[in-house]
Amino acid sequence: MTHDHHSHDHHHDNDLDPFAARVKALETILTEKGLIDPAAVDAIVETYEHKVGPRNGARVVAKAWSDPEFASWLARDATAAIASLGYTGRQGEHMQAVFNTEGTHNLIVCTLCSCYPWAVLGVPPVWYKAPPYRSQAVINPRGVLAEFGLVLPEETRIRVWDSTAELRYMVVPMRPVETEDLSEEELARLVTRDSMIGTGLPLRPGSLGPGALWPASEEPGLAT
Amino acid sequence: MNGPHDLGGQMGFGPVAPELDEPVFHAEWERRALGVTIATGAMGAWTLDESRHARESLHPAIYYSASYYEIWIRALEVLLERHGFVADDEREAGHRIWPGVKPIRVLAASDVTAVLARGARCDRAVTTEPKFKAGDKVRTINEHPEGHTRLPRYARGKIGVIAAVREGFVFPDSNAHGKGENPQHVYTVCFDGRELWGQAADPALTVSIDAWESYLEPA
Repeated sequence: MTHDHHSHDHHHDNDLDPFAARVKALETILTEKGLIDPAAVDAIVETYEHKVGPRNGARVVAKAWSDPEFASWLARDATAAIASLGYTGRQGEHMQAVFNTEGTHNLIVCTLCSCYPWAVLGVPPVWYKAPPYRSQAVINPRGVLAEFGLVLPEETRIRVWDSTAELRYMVVPMRPVETEDLSEEELARLVTRDSMIGTGLPLRPGSLGPGALWPASEEPGLAT
Repeated sequence: MNGPHDLGGQMGFGPVAPELDEPVFHAEWERRALGVTIATGAMGAWTLDESRHARESLHPAIYYSASYYEIWIRALEVLLERHGFVADDEREAGHRIWPGVKPIRVLAASDVTAVLARGARCDRAVTTEPKFKAGDKVRTINEHPEGHTRLPRYARGKIGVIAAVREGFVFPDSNAHGKGENPQHVYTVCFDGRELWGQAADPALTVSIDAWESYLEPA
């Protein structure tokens, strides 16, 4: 690589990484040609790093757990029900919520690329986009779940949704036991990203451990 | 196409290795890769289907050794060259050399929030009645087109049941190649694990795909 770095060192890339240099070169050319506005790139990054993420989905799930009417709307027309909480847009235009039951556990995958419900979960984690998950989720889902520490009874049906078209799926996990007294805000804290992909279960009350979407000190701040 | 992307059921890639407390981005260049990909997509010069096809058309050796943002950038370079925006020699030089094609629009920073919140719907009105209804038994076609398709190899020539009739959606097989949206009804089709993976399959496994109508025949 012989890319020239002198005029565009404001993004603080690691210049030792050849692919970082390649991306920087491309952004430089696109900017010089007026094809992109670097401030627009900043705004996109800001959106998916800090605004649109799995906390959105957690609020959807908590509302479905607390409000049977909302749950039924979510089952019938997930796009509209989710939009009513303010979560719309890119990779969430056509949503379907799938509900775990005692007998059925749902799992979401995209074997062909990386389709994922961005509007409620943000951008997908690396493992979701990588060959091990995409290859194994449809043929050996129990093996995949075991890697996440999730072992389900043999008789539990595993229902895998391969996102091959433009529908984007989110799992609504079962409400954990002993949560009758919890508010919607408190319930949202129990929801993890993986529980909405199907590779995990919600947290149990009082055991906010790995996967918690809000630090203990922060209120979930439910959207109204 | 029977490309490297069509991963369902393949073996040998090793453990999933979920990462505890994974950050949204692992390097600054990943941030820029996401932003640049979305910003250039907003020029409207190519469709989502064409960009998916550019990614899956990367050489398998590259596809399997690249991270996903790297796949995005390599495919974006192909799209920018194909549509006359950025030439190879410019990427070599790291600077603009040619004027290049002017896009029909450029995404302004002030429009980002609205554009992302609006998204881009892919459902379209279809004038014909759906050929299938929920509960119908269908067989997926067993075709191996060289172009883009969204019927994964593991689900070709298989018998399944229609679980849901969806709206009409843009047909990726033609749209990826600039041959029009040609919307068709889409169906969620459920397969028993054993139909896909044989007798050793998990007896309590159901897998569904979302299939365009022309991927399906009555069974």
